[in-house]
Amino acid sequence: MSVKDKVIKIIAEQAVLDVEDVKMDSTLEDLGIDSLGLVESIFAIEEEFDIQVPFNANDPAESDFDISSVASIIDAVQGLIAEQS
Amino acid sequence: MTRVVITGAGTINALGHSVSQTFEAMREGRCGIGALDIRDVDRLGVKIGGQVRDFDETAHFNRQQIALYDRFTQFTLLAAGEAIAQSGIHFNGELSNTSGVVLGTAGGGVNTWDENYRTVYEDGKNRVHPFVIPKLMNNAAASHVSMEYNLKGPSFTVATACSSSNHAMGQAFHMIRSGIAKAMITGGTESMLCFGGVKAWEGLRVMSKDACRPFSANRNGMVQGEGAAVFVFESYDHAKARGADILAEVVGFAMTSDASDIVMPSKKGAARAISGALADGQIAPEEVGYINAHGTGTAANDKTECAAVADVFGRHADRLMISSTKSMHGHLIGGTGAVELLACIMALRDGVIAPTIGYEEPDPECALDVVPNQAREAKVDVALSNAFAFGGLNAVLALRRV
Repeated sequence: MSVKDKVIKIIAEQAVLDVEDVKMDSTLEDLGIDSLGLVESIFAIEEEFDIQVPFNANDPAESDFDISSVASIIDAVQGLIAEQS
Repeated sequence: MTRVVITGAGTINALGHSVSQTFEAMREGRCGIGALDIRDVDRLGVKIGGQVRDFDETAHFNRQQIALYDRFTQFTLLAAGEAIAQSGIHFNGELSNTSGVVLGTAGGGVNTWDENYRTVYEDGKNRVHPFVIPKLMNNAAASHVSMEYNLKGPSFTVATACSSSNHAMGQAFHMIRSGIAKAMITGGTESMLCFGGVKAWEGLRVMSKDACRPFSANRNGMVQGEGAAVFVFESYDHAKARGADILAEVVGFAMTSDASDIVMPSKKGAARAISGALADGQIAPEEVGYINAHGTGTAANDKTECAAVADVFGRHADRLMISSTKSMHGHLIGGTGAVELLACIMALRDGVIAPTIGYEEPDPECALDVVPNQAREAKVDVALSNAFAFGGLNAVLALRRV
């Protein structure tokens, strides 16, 4: 499974949706993922890819990790994998 | 002062997953203590406990709920659901704004601490699930009950070791009696039957390896239990106005501190709590027909408790009945007073006195009617529930038949 598919699977599970319903341009808000759901998703991503995600829930916008859409999250995860492996 | 009554009860403990199952087990003198089914039990010296059996969390909660609900919270929500359903009370509008939930627990999410310490210490991982804190915090159970049932008034958790539940129910009683609240959800919960939770108790060397035999000369210590019991406390007028079935009236409550020793109980502190509850409820000693003892099955507690009861009641101490249901469900630590209040309700409402099982040899220092081994039928007007905690914190509740 590709990085993209794995991230979508994690997000879909958190949103209690089928993977087909998670679109690349969806925002977390569109998918109904709240702040607790977001930190749980990040935990799942860290576990799945064995990476550290620079994310502070106090101010998500200030984090280097771009969570503005599903596509941006996938890009960010791919970047972190390349950086940290 | 407002009269306070109980209009709903719920529980899950080693004797059953409901109040009716628990009453049936108490009537039959059934023992819920057995071999512990937990990870690494072979490394424990104490291998028994009053564990909740046949419990499948996935039958009650979804994946997201389980991520946030420690076992002590799960037990609480199930007990609260049963109590609120029986009461028939609905929290909305002004009633919701003034009603809250006060629960006792000594350890909170001990299983969550245990599992995640394993993750970082034993498995060497450097990351834990993000919900560890909201899952293990002592107030998690009270907060989830408040969210589930729309309780927006005073809510908090009381941690006074083995008296936690009685202290919590005493607070709920005071809030209704003083007019702060019309109804409160209250009781207690505990779940520390995991490797770390049992190992810690083992260290004190007060645990029995075979059975809890309160007041029996051959007793050899306490046995841990787990579970929760939750009640709906309500003002008498409010309960009457909506035609609720009243299980019992809460008439008195007293708290004392021994101010002497961190583990050894004091006869004086216990006696002052018992006589304080009688005075608070304007109860004549002769009216008390049943006491649910703290009765841990340790020499220190049982002798002190019997001496305190003898001091307070004088000649009447030989006429009243006193039993320890810990012999059946184990010691639920912070949840114990709540499960034990059920035995008081059964005595008042059904006229059935739960026995002290495992009683084998009389102890001259515990020469009271401990209702050995078999339940008894008796009409009881007033019942007391004793709790005497480590740290010398005592809390006694008095209930009256309605």
